[in-house]
Amino acid sequence: MVDDALGELDEIIARHANREGPLLPILHDVQAEHGFISEEAKRHIAKALNLTRADVHGVVSFYHDFKAEKADRPVLKLCRAEACKARGVEALVANAEAIAAGRVTIETVYCLGLCSQGPNAMVGASVHARLDGPRLSALIEGLA
Amino acid sequence: MVTVRISDDALAIACGADQVAAAFTLAGHTVERVSSWGMQWLEPLVEIDGMGYGPATADDVAAIVDGSSPLAIGRIADHPFLVKQQRLTFARAGKTRPTSLEDYAATGGWQGLARAKEIGEAATVEEVIASGLRGRGGAGFPTGIKWRTVAAAQADQKYIVCNADEGDSATFADRMLMEGDPYCLIEGMAIAGFAVGATKGYIYVRSEYPHAIAKLEAAIKASRQLVAPFVLEVRAGAGAYVCGEETSLLNSLEGKRGEVRAKPPIPALVGLFGRPTIVNNVLSLAAVPYILSHGAKAYADYGMGRSRGTMPIQLAGNIRHGGLYETAFGITLGELVNEIGGGTQSGLPVKGVQVGGPLGAYLHPDQFDIPFDYEAYAAVDALIGHGGITVFDETADMAGMARFAMEFCAVESCGKCTPCRIGSTRGRELIDRILARAPRNRDVVETLPQMQNAKTTPRALEDEIALLEDLCETMKFGSLCALGGFTPYPVMSALKHWPEDFGATRVAEAAE
Repeated sequence: MVDDALGELDEIIARHANREGPLLPILHDVQAEHGFISEEAKRHIAKALNLTRADVHGVVSFYHDFKAEKADRPVLKLCRAEACKARGVEALVANAEAIAAGRVTIETVYCLGLCSQGPNAMVGASVHARLDGPRLSALIEGLA
Repeated sequence: MVTVRISDDALAIACGADQVAAAFTLAGHTVERVSSWGMQWLEPLVEIDGMGYGPATADDVAAIVDGSSPLAIGRIADHPFLVKQQRLTFARAGKTRPTSLEDYAATGGWQGLARAKEIGEAATVEEVIASGLRGRGGAGFPTGIKWRTVAAAQADQKYIVCNADEGDSATFADRMLMEGDPYCLIEGMAIAGFAVGATKGYIYVRSEYPHAIAKLEAAIKASRQLVAPFVLEVRAGAGAYVCGEETSLLNSLEGKRGEVRAKPPIPALVGLFGRPTIVNNVLSLAAVPYILSHGAKAYADYGMGRSRGTMPIQLAGNIRHGGLYETAFGITLGELVNEIGGGTQSGLPVKGVQVGGPLGAYLHPDQFDIPFDYEAYAAVDALIGHGGITVFDETADMAGMARFAMEFCAVESCGKCTPCRIGSTRGRELIDRILARAPRNRDVVETLPQMQNAKTTPRALEDEIALLEDLCETMKFGSLCALGGFTPYPVMSALKHWPEDFGATRVAEAAE
């Protein structure tokens, strides 16, 4: 990791230094800025917070939001929990995967809190409800 | 030019509310963004002088303004979905601008906090106990008793933690409250802080709710002086369902893996950073301002048995009129699903209903006369949980849903206890074998001479089902928290009510 990136990391750490339990807020910021949490970042954060690298690795690997590798394509989070299943999301999955193939990653999530109007999906911070085959396809095409 | 009111709730936005609002602005009208009424099938719902139009699109602007739109639903406040509700916690839903301090104060805001300070700490705790309020997150533990424990504890620092990690499918009341009436939650937490002597509060919100996080942060900033010396901070979760369990949430707040802690010690005595901590659900804390401003009796007059007050029930899944329905405890499931919800969206008959999220039991239409009450549900091996109801039509495969319950538990298990970590995976494999009609043959270990109790014949379907029941019993009684402990509810209820979906003919015994 180059010095620039380390400096940026120090800035993030400093931003949260006076909070109680600062690890998750720091990891969220690193994830948001870099798209993943590298081995170097883990080591550096561990040192700054007086934790072991294993402690930090344990936390990073526990939570679905923190990624070990940078996503190489856009991500669409598709809800496949009970309420969306009851509204037919499973019937959309195969076609969506086929359209997305190699261009968009379709990630399964469980619940976006829009449960009466599913099937639902989320891209970044934008939410989409009442998806059917054509609407989901259009959403994927828009990302690809 | 008219003034139109459109919700900026995440669900309305997901249905296109921003585009509708932009179209009204473009046409020269004034747009006010307000909270959602909770009639979600009508979103984006446009309100002009109290009259509603929905679900609207950007193309409907002209027709709505000149009154010729076929989307008209009449006066919103008189809508049949709303008139029979008893909205105490959601009294402001649809009526106020979420982050407007002016709107909040004009609708009775801060009166609960003012009364708490007037009657004092101990009387505030007694008021919450007298209201009969029970934890709305699912466990149903009396909120006031928890407060009294924390109030009596001695420590240099105490904490109020709001559990807003609303991960159950079919629940969205926490999200609606945080997005639509954030000051109500802030006031509830400030009252809790005052009552037990805690000066610091955290709201742990799941990362899937960016709109709620943004609203809360704006509201906390704007109301800082009003709740001082109480200080609040929002913390985002990181996509772990199990962090909705209170001890795992505390570990996550501390910056650790979200693993469950063994109890005792209870968080009320040894909680966040080892200090006495109140962990309450959003809806529990948001009920407190009403209890303080209107008195415990006014709240306790609603409800039945030991379930006092109102429950914001969430109607979801394959339902025609889905949304938020706050009403006193005691309403029957049939009334909720058929009369209020209007049956299924697809028009097909209802096959089953899951109450209480992924860990709640599936209920059969034969059980539709059960009143909404903690004890009545417990009596039939079900739970009301966080009040989410998912409706399934007759095309649903209940064995598939049972398999999903195990799969979900396997994905989300924190890994600390064996029944949940291993049991969920074995459960999924077992259901796969049952569905594939491929019972397992004896493996090498079972043929060893030492294995005197092992079966000598290959397992039949009935043996596999008995094994599933046995596994569910182990998970139910052997797991550390509700994730592994309650996963058997959806599995066993599906097996009990729809054995034909599993290929079985007999009615299976419930795991007791």
